[in-house]
Amino acid sequence: MRLRLAPEHTHFDFFKHAYLTFGGSAVLTVLALALWAVMGLNFGIDFKGGTTIRTDSTTVVDVAAYRATLKPLGIGDVAITEVFDPSFRANQHVAQIRIAALEGSEAVTPELIAAMETALKAHDPEISFTAVESVGPKVSGELIWSAILAMTGATGAILIYIWLRFEWQYAVGAVAALVHDVFITIGMFAALQLKFDLTIIAALLTILGYSINDTVVVFDRLRENLIKYKVMPLRDVMNISVNETLARTLMTSFTTLISLGALLIFGGDVIRGLTFAIFFGVILGTYSSVFVAKNIVLFLGLDRSEKPKIDPETGAEVAGPKA
Amino acid sequence: MIWGICALGLIYASPNLFYSRVETHNDAAKAIAAAGGQATPEQAAALAAWPGFLPSGLMNLGLDLRGGAHLLAEVKVADVYAARIDGMWPDVRDALRELRDTVGSVRRQPSVPGVLRVAISNPAGISAALEAVSALARPVVSLTGIGQNDIEVSAEGEVIVVQLSEAERAATDNRTIQQSLEIIRRRVDEVGTREPTILRQGEDRILIQVPGIGSAAELKALIGTTAKLTFNAVVGRTQDAGATAGARNLLLPSMDEKGVFYIVEATPVVTGEELVDAQPAFDQNSRPAVNFRFNPSGARKFGDYTAANIGSPFAIVLDDEVISAPVIQSHIPGGSGIITGRFSVEESTKLAVLLRAGALPAEMTFLEERTVGPELGQDSIDAGRVAALIAIVLVVLWMVGSYGLFGVFANIALAVNMALIFAALSIVGGTLTLPGIAGIVLTIGMAVDANVLVFERIREELRVQKGPARAIQIGYERALSAIIDANITTFVTAAVLFMVGAGPVRGFAITLGIGILSSVFTALFVTKLLIESWFAWRRPKTIVV
Repeated sequence: MRLRLAPEHTHFDFFKHAYLTFGGSAVLTVLALALWAVMGLNFGIDFKGGTTIRTDSTTVVDVAAYRATLKPLGIGDVAITEVFDPSFRANQHVAQIRIAALEGSEAVTPELIAAMETALKAHDPEISFTAVESVGPKVSGELIWSAILAMTGATGAILIYIWLRFEWQYAVGAVAALVHDVFITIGMFAALQLKFDLTIIAALLTILGYSINDTVVVFDRLRENLIKYKVMPLRDVMNISVNETLARTLMTSFTTLISLGALLIFGGDVIRGLTFAIFFGVILGTYSSVFVAKNIVLFLGLDRSEKPKIDPETGAEVAGPKA
Repeated sequence: MIWGICALGLIYASPNLFYSRVETHNDAAKAIAAAGGQATPEQAAALAAWPGFLPSGLMNLGLDLRGGAHLLAEVKVADVYAARIDGMWPDVRDALRELRDTVGSVRRQPSVPGVLRVAISNPAGISAALEAVSALARPVVSLTGIGQNDIEVSAEGEVIVVQLSEAERAATDNRTIQQSLEIIRRRVDEVGTREPTILRQGEDRILIQVPGIGSAAELKALIGTTAKLTFNAVVGRTQDAGATAGARNLLLPSMDEKGVFYIVEATPVVTGEELVDAQPAFDQNSRPAVNFRFNPSGARKFGDYTAANIGSPFAIVLDDEVISAPVIQSHIPGGSGIITGRFSVEESTKLAVLLRAGALPAEMTFLEERTVGPELGQDSIDAGRVAALIAIVLVVLWMVGSYGLFGVFANIALAVNMALIFAALSIVGGTLTLPGIAGIVLTIGMAVDANVLVFERIREELRVQKGPARAIQIGYERALSAIIDANITTFVTAAVLFMVGAGPVRGFAITLGIGILSSVFTALFVTKLLIESWFAWRRPKTIVV
């Protein structure tokens, strides 16, 4: 007896509730964009500039006391959050202190950091500062640009590759699915006001890579089935293709989610944002490769006129269905 | 062939299992080589802890795992223009003085930094003045600036304007950055930390990463010590901190006499850049001092100045503090001298080191600084290790549960895959960062993908009544295009991440990219080989995938 995520033969009609699945995706994407626009992202210091200090102590973190300790220093906007993680030792108490970039100052002020450390040390002699990071506003502005550049660059590269290997309709469909995944993930970060920094950009790029992987497998089967079933309506060929690859799609998503789940729970709080984004994105990517990408291709239509099909591997012409 | 690659992978990955032991082995080997083959007993023990015939290449741990400091500095390259132009003033003055009859008196006008404005009292002589000053221009020393002069000279009424040419600015910027890089490298090396990264980034930035250092502030203190040494003519000496220094003069405090200030000329006679050597020494009274020696041009300037100013004091200025202001007793030819002051032996040694390492040619501002403590790094490694182990166990169980024996084959391939990733990281000297660990864990999940594609395909072929041998063959053939296309697109995003990302993110891109390559290799070759060998051995009539 084998463990199965999908029954052996499936004949789902993936277009049956298209208004719900595809429409829902479209609405969610718009909603995510709206959330992003209205609530904004909780940018980390990578993109906003400022300083974060991570404290580690054997005594319990008292956020109010920390705040009172730092107040006399006149550093303006201070955000203090306690960090919890299952991987911490029993008497390990960690807090994250974030200070906004000072207006008009380009360089980071080490005196201020030193003053804060001294003040906190006076409050709690056990405290140690396990990480201190400062980013000036000049760099943070550039980091935003390079992040945007990375995202558009990767999307563009994928678009061109799919276009070359398949047809332009596939490329548009794939990129639409990617945009869907990325925007909804960003919307999620806006809604939950999770910290959005450089590692999240890495996560978004990984989602791009993962989601396209799933989509390409479906498209590859579609391309193959289009040669096999020459007269069947495009919609039905798509359904067959998705059904045939469903077992694999679910299987791979599941093993990836197992790994990411382990990382999410046990991997420590430093990369939790990264893992959370990828975890969420993998689910979206799986969904979009089944319900979004091919709908776009169907909408755009494919040219199925009798032109010699080139076998993608050997380059030889394929006369008809194999076997 | 395939087994060979797998075995090599295992061997090259093995040092990473005994990370600290191999690291001490490598350090000991390096130390012994540096000592010319002489080993202390501890070094010999450390050397023996890891067999020499095994590879000892390790992957580097990133700052976020090892702990250390990261700085991104911007070099104020424009500072150098101002210094260069200021340095031209004496030459310009001398050139114009020779033409006193035609140009009249010469006066320097206040101007923005980097531009020299010189007014002459006789406007009729402007063309002669222009010609004389233009004659001071020298060709630019750089590959791209050939045929261009280093300064641009123009006339505005009775004012001569001198500034650096475009080509010279570019060449100067380049030199400034190269010099800064070299000086930072030397200063960081003096402390002897392991594998610092000191790189130029973009036009005018320098990235400095030093593992193992306590904090970014410490690193800044180390490289930021400007040790800018100049020799200036002394105009006066005062006890008044608020004294007005006068145009183009500076009011500088004395280093060891409290409340004493010197007024010195802002344009130095000679600068520390023309020093070729500095050594700690003792003066004739056996007090610690620093011996120094100038290069020929510095020696000439210093010699000329001392010859012309016997009996007047001059100031030795270090970082805007006057170390001492001795009176010139005699002409000092040959360009060597001694700095005396109230130094301790350590101070004189440190000063000599700072002088020898040279001054940073321009000031730096720090745009980004990050410190990670070693404890946090270790916590991250531990958490990452636990997560990876749990992920592996779960995926392995799941694969066996789903595909039975074929799942076992996929798991062996997964193990080889992991070994290959670590081996590749060790061989190319890649850096493992915390997001890099995330990349590896993600790879654990995705590595089975290619196998899953093949296995699902074999299942499909078995369903349409194909014989087992044929089903396996077709399964591999048909899954190939999907595997290739899917992984190339993922690889493209990893490549973009690598190109655009920095630091930890780049580490993530590296492990992701290597993971993709090795998982395709293991799925297409290792698993296939395993299945085929098993099939040839057992010759089953039917197979269940």
